[in-house]
Amino acid sequence: MKDLPKAKDFYSRLAHRPDSASDWMDVPVEIRKGMYCYAANPKSLDTLGFPYARDWNPVEGDWKLPENWQQIIHEGFKERLERFRSFKVFMDICVRCGACADKCHFFIGTGDPKNMPVLRAELLRSVYRNDFTTFGKLLGRIGGARPMTVDVLKEWWYYMFQCTECRRCSVFCPYGIDTAEITIMGRELLNLLGLNIDWIATPVSNCYMTGNHLGIQPHAYKDMLDFFVDDIEEITGVRVEPSYNRVGADILFITPSGDVFADPGTYTAMGYLILFHYLREKYGFDITWSTYASEGGNFGFFTSHETMKRLNSKMYAEARRLGVKWILGGECGHMWRVITQYMDTMNGPADFLQEPVSPITGTRFENAKSTKMVHIAEFTADLIRHGKLELDKRRNRHLKVTFHDSCNPSRGMGMLEEPRYVIRNVCDHFYDMPENTIREQTFCCGSGAGLNAGENMELRMAGGLPRANAVKYVHEQHGVNMLATICAIDRAALPPLMQYWVPGVDVTGLHEMVANALVLPGEKQRETNLRGEPLEGMEDDSDE
Amino acid sequence: MKLVERLAANKSTIVKKWFDLVAATYPPDTAKFLKANRDPFHNPVGKTTLEGLSAAFDALLEGADPVVLDRALDPIIRIRAVQSFSPTQATAFILALKPLVRELWSKGPSDPQAAADLRQIEDGIDQVLLVAFDIYLKCRETLFQLKVDLEKNRIHHAFVRAGLVADTPVQPSAAEPKGAV
Ligand code: SF4
Ligand code: SF4
Repeated sequence: MKDLPKAKDFYSRLAHRPDSASDWMDVPVEIRKGMYCYAANPKSLDTLGFPYARDWNPVEGDWKLPENWQQIIHEGFKERLERFRSFKVFMDICVRCGACADKCHFFIGTGDPKNMPVLRAELLRSVYRNDFTTFGKLLGRIGGARPMTVDVLKEWWYYMFQCTECRRCSVFCPYGIDTAEITIMGRELLNLLGLNIDWIATPVSNCYMTGNHLGIQPHAYKDMLDFFVDDIEEITGVRVEPSYNRVGADILFITPSGDVFADPGTYTAMGYLILFHYLREKYGFDITWSTYASEGGNFGFFTSHETMKRLNSKMYAEARRLGVKWILGGECGHMWRVITQYMDTMNGPADFLQEPVSPITGTRFENAKSTKMVHIAEFTADLIRHGKLELDKRRNRHLKVTFHDSCNPSRGMGMLEEPRYVIRNVCDHFYDMPENTIREQTFCCGSGAGLNAGENMELRMAGGLPRANAVKYVHEQHGVNMLATICAIDRAALPPLMQYWVPGVDVTGLHEMVANALVLPGEKQRETNLRGEPLEGMEDDSDE
Repeated sequence: MKLVERLAANKSTIVKKWFDLVAATYPPDTAKFLKANRDPFHNPVGKTTLEGLSAAFDALLEGADPVVLDRALDPIIRIRAVQSFSPTQATAFILALKPLVRELWSKGPSDPQAAADLRQIEDGIDQVLLVAFDIYLKCRETLFQLKVDLEKNRIHHAFVRAGLVADTPVQPSAAEPKGAV
């Protein structure tokens, strides 16, 4: 029996991943199917005036780069180091302590070490050392420096688009280094060479031309909302009457277009309509939708600061045109990061608007003092707190709800309690996921920052694994069947994630549940919820 | 003691070695993390893999029932099906159990009964591999279905068909947007 193979030898002969070399710089980048998004449509780049629009394919050897591409990157890098102090600081101060290394959902899910935040940043930092530090110039590779080559560029591209800019890693860094900011810069630099992805570039181009990511024209936007009005009437017996583009309204409402055009966000949009109608009937609430500022989201944020600024400005231009007092914003993720983190120094302060005060409760939203834009979860929580909503929780009692903190509202603006407060007031059963997977430490959906395409489904499922794993836990422990969230990307990205990892859990927005519970003046006995599903058990109650 | 009983008695050692071999299918830094981190929510791959291997090992000793094996292995294979492994790479770890079993077996009696016992276990491992491959395929099919559904559900296309979206002259691509939300 001396010929028995040893376990190790035997196993090493089976096909498995080639061992990584000991140093990450020696591991060549391999662009794998399912992990990357298609290259940007050149027409979209042209529309936006982005440079080097062309057809190119990430898996082909020749990326058709401009001849002086290295110079373009070097100068772009230099310019950004000078413009953004944070970028320079983040390049310099990392001590490679590794505290962030295992905190990224993409590392945890894909098992690829280059998805460790510290390594993701090193991809850029190594070139920074080589090009901009004496230390790096002298010591070269020993000093962690390397010159910019085509392979390095490809590695940048592959891994900058495997980061959802979620900032989870930054929570754990003792120096507060925000790798998301490094990714943002990396993507800006790639943009200088026309290396964007289509899932970002075309929505941005659409938004630039028509006001929303999907390229929906104003009349179609209104048509869609009118469909909802009919549906609502069928379900509740009440005809709501939204107003559009109305000059002189008190408040302008802006929400991501996904709420209007993609399930299950559409039910959340119906929720807004119902809530606004209720408030108008009861308290004379005066709000208008805009078919021009028809997008709260801002995919420009995923290309460059300038593009983000351009797209953001139209919301305020519309607020000015309509002469409203302030802006109420729908359930969105990155829209709030842009508003909270960038708007004020980018297009603000919005001095022509008034400091937001709820006309119903008198609450002053001091956090929105400068941007003049209030998150609807906060607005509704305040209404409930003041007893302004008549709610029938029983209509949601078939739901066992958990809440996914979207990265941007939680880590980007500190909105942690309000959505939970609302859920507890409209549902009987609420169960939080484990502590180290929610609130500031929430795990990303794995599809943010423009990565919710179809061709990279493997990446999305792997990146969403830590989130799904925590949902699975409450599903098994408490029978949770509904995952609530206040982000339109989440409402689009989480359903497939659940189908793959935790079948039996559906996805909803907050205001879908609010509207299902809200008792409208003059409504008929509701037989279904907004999805048209029968309200089980309600009939019995009416007999009681 | 019969081989099955000896395997049962040595379960924790064998499963641990098996787990280490599965971890070694990842790059070294990742393998280190998978083995070291015990938090089930922070290290779902490590936790799921260890639990799955342990359950599959039990199922093997209890007669390799395909239904039981499916339940045990689905979570591991589901993960490996989205991790850039080839079909072989995603499932071959099952075979790594064979040499571990033989190692233990070779330390015991070598009578004909023992040889038959070994064959039986090895046949069982083959069965485990087949189940693993079925799961792999099922996961990949789900994944492709999700991609297809995403294409189909592009609400926007419905609007284009309904004539609700007009072309913007300066940007002909508006008619074929890859819409995000
Ligand atoms: S920002 Fe999020 S996705 Fe990017 S490296 Fe950090 S944890 Fe990972
Ligand atoms: S935690 Fe901060 S200092 Fe430590 S490696 Fe990560 S980025 Fe660098």
